[in-house]
Amino acid sequence: MKVMSLVRKWVQTLFALLVNGSWSFPFTRMIYQGPLKVICSPGLNCYSCPASTTYCPMGALQQLMGGVRMALENGQYFFGLYIVGTLGFVGALVGRLVCGWACPFGLVQELLHKIPSSKFGIPRWTRYIKFAILLFMVVLLPLFAVDQMGIGSPWFCKYLCPAGTLEAGLPLLLMQPSLRETAGWLFLNKFVIMIGFLVWSVLASRPFCRTTCPLGAFYALFSKVKMVKLQLDVERCTNCQACHKVCPMGVRFNESPEDTECISCMACSRTCNFGAINLEVAGLRLGTVTKQKTINQPTV
Amino acid sequence: MAAKKNLIRHTPFVVALFFLVMGFVGVYFQEPSRVMHQAWQVCLSCIGIG
Repeated sequence: MKVMSLVRKWVQTLFALLVNGSWSFPFTRMIYQGPLKVICSPGLNCYSCPASTTYCPMGALQQLMGGVRMALENGQYFFGLYIVGTLGFVGALVGRLVCGWACPFGLVQELLHKIPSSKFGIPRWTRYIKFAILLFMVVLLPLFAVDQMGIGSPWFCKYLCPAGTLEAGLPLLLMQPSLRETAGWLFLNKFVIMIGFLVWSVLASRPFCRTTCPLGAFYALFSKVKMVKLQLDVERCTNCQACHKVCPMGVRFNESPEDTECISCMACSRTCNFGAINLEVAGLRLGTVTKQKTINQPTV
Repeated sequence: MAAKKNLIRHTPFVVALFFLVMGFVGVYFQEPSRVMHQAWQVCLSCIGIG
């Protein structure tokens, strides 16, 4: 079933182009400033990227958290409800399916992982790091670690996010020579982190998604309640563990079908010879995508 | 043996509705305008330059 894999690559590419659809920047040397920037990018995509046509939910949320005191002083109730509401709505519908089908930085990591090299796993405990990053670097530190003016910093974007460096930092430095003089240790720090994640992506599958991405952590909170998800048919499953080997996120689907790491890429569903893994929408099974028809069904 | 029934899960609808309402509250407080104006600016600290 190479077709489904190809379809997913096309969908990923389409989303990457949709959220980065402004290609006038080589001439204007400016970022896009049109009305589409009121729309949330479902995946991680820096809104300071010159081609970006949408806003990054993590960047926007940190900015609002950092400026909440000043907004309140001005009588403005900006608590991030619009952003969290949008993200939560998407999360309730598809959860981390976004990571597998619509995230530009996820696509970058997948393409890098195709480069031939030795491949390594990622320890399972590292999956919890991203939840701490979401809580501290996206919410608490921007909210409470404020300067004398009462304004917080976007900690995740400022100190960690490799997508921002790749999609916005480097292009802007290339486009605007005046900015190069202001790039100091902070940029160097982010540049080293970006290189680290890019190299790691060659050696391991989706390392940023699995260990660091706060957006993935947010969507992961919906793994049990999301409308569209993969479902395990325990009567058909033989525990052959074929699904373990193909999962790009290190999920052992037969052991934890509601795993927070599942990005619904359907690699396991395609590999399962027994039709034990199916797509489900709000409890309704849509069908089975198997490598071969279920001719080897176990007799129960 | 009774055939297995596909039961519709209602929780996703409730959760989606909850966040949809939350989003509309944000719209009521004019948050989208604030978000859009933020996104129009190059966030220098976000890209490690500021």
